[in-house]
Amino acid sequence: MIEKLSNAQIAWRAAQDIADGAYVNLGIGFPEMVAKFQPPGREAIFHTENGILNFGEAPPEGEEDWDLINAGKKAVTLKPGASFFHHADSFAMVRGGHLDVAILGAYEVAETGDLANWSTGPQGIPAVGGAMDLVHGAKRVAVITDHVTRDGKPKLVKACSLPLTGVACVTRVYTSLAVIDIENARFVLREKLACMSLDELQALTGAELLVQGTIGELIVPEL
Amino acid sequence: MDKTVADPASAVADIADGMSIMIGGFGGSGAPIELIHALIDRFHATGSPKNLTIINNNAGNGRIGIAAMIDAGMVATMVCSFPRSADPRAFTEKYLAGEIALELVPQGTLAERIRAGGAGIPAFYTPTSYGTDLAKGKPTAEFDGRMYVQERWLKADVAIIKAELADRMGNLTYRKAGRNFSPLMAAAANVTIVQARQIVEPGNIDPEQVITPGLYVTRVVEVADAQQEEALMRAGVAYA
Repeated sequence: MIEKLSNAQIAWRAAQDIADGAYVNLGIGFPEMVAKFQPPGREAIFHTENGILNFGEAPPEGEEDWDLINAGKKAVTLKPGASFFHHADSFAMVRGGHLDVAILGAYEVAETGDLANWSTGPQGIPAVGGAMDLVHGAKRVAVITDHVTRDGKPKLVKACSLPLTGVACVTRVYTSLAVIDIENARFVLREKLACMSLDELQALTGAELLVQGTIGELIVPEL
Repeated sequence: MDKTVADPASAVADIADGMSIMIGGFGGSGAPIELIHALIDRFHATGSPKNLTIINNNAGNGRIGIAAMIDAGMVATMVCSFPRSADPRAFTEKYLAGEIALELVPQGTLAERIRAGGAGIPAFYTPTSYGTDLAKGKPTAEFDGRMYVQERWLKADVAIIKAELADRMGNLTYRKAGRNFSPLMAAAANVTIVQARQIVEPGNIDPEQVITPGLYVTRVVEVADAQQEEALMRAGVAYA
């Protein structure tokens, strides 16, 4: 059994790279957790596709206002300095390159930066939401994910086998084992858990990990 | 000029079989529940309107609103980005039975297609969906070294939307994130029908606060205590 980061710890690590003053979109589900781990003293402004900038945490139960929700249809609150706008403006912010970071989940990420995160195949009801827009707008598109699937297969691969969300769009991947940049269509290993050797990590990765200089140690707090 | 009508039933009385209808709202926020339910009432009483094309971000939730229209068998085609919800039974059952068609559109592309429809722009290029299954069969082009997909405008026979304040000239404000697609839809439909929490005299909405100018609006009905889709859902209400 190899030690690995919890989802909260992956989200914490991703949050450390969000600069003060950044405009950020967090994908629905697991990525929403990143908002909880803003380093003290830094202010990030969160964007939601359905037309809010600078929303905050969920209200207490019973105090929800169902005209005040996020893209995951969960009730949120407003922070001072929030704004509302319609859907075309919201996606102008996305595609127009006005967001600094988008942090998304993934089924698969290819070394080319291709992302598959919207469909697990032809069965069932297809649903895309804003996923295909979000991968093409933010200055930085980061993915947070377990390093492998539930049955132990690599999620970081040479080429995605599932339907693509976008081509060559991901710039950094935070996994349960490592932090990896995508540069010139290659995985470049930046940080890994100290308890793992490079060979062990490579064995769980579906494409070659490039090492440039020293590999940092992936250190996160107990959460 | 007076665009007000007495009740939701008369507001939607001319929506006919086979029409395309843009319905405002994102999930429950901004969903014009009373106008939707007035359509369902007429369908139960007369058998019309049916064979409708519904354009909305989602495809209904639970047994109310758009989901209840689908349940009733009024909807032939759904154009949306995300036909899943907390309780997507209505759409899922009809889709798996082959009784409803789905045009799946990425959310930002859906918004921009509606915007383009209202703005007289027949097509545009977007990076969204390039290289994916949703771009299959669509023209692509390179601009400044990057590839883009051509998308076409989206227009409709009717838009039904929810506003916060309206005046009798059709000027509108919205409530919080209930705005979402509604200003775009108001411009992209031949006939735009609005339910507003309150109808006020012209001049009582500060022109600085008007989000949708009355030019885009055909008729307005006051629904003072509108129901909220999410609240109905949680209460387990079924509208039939």
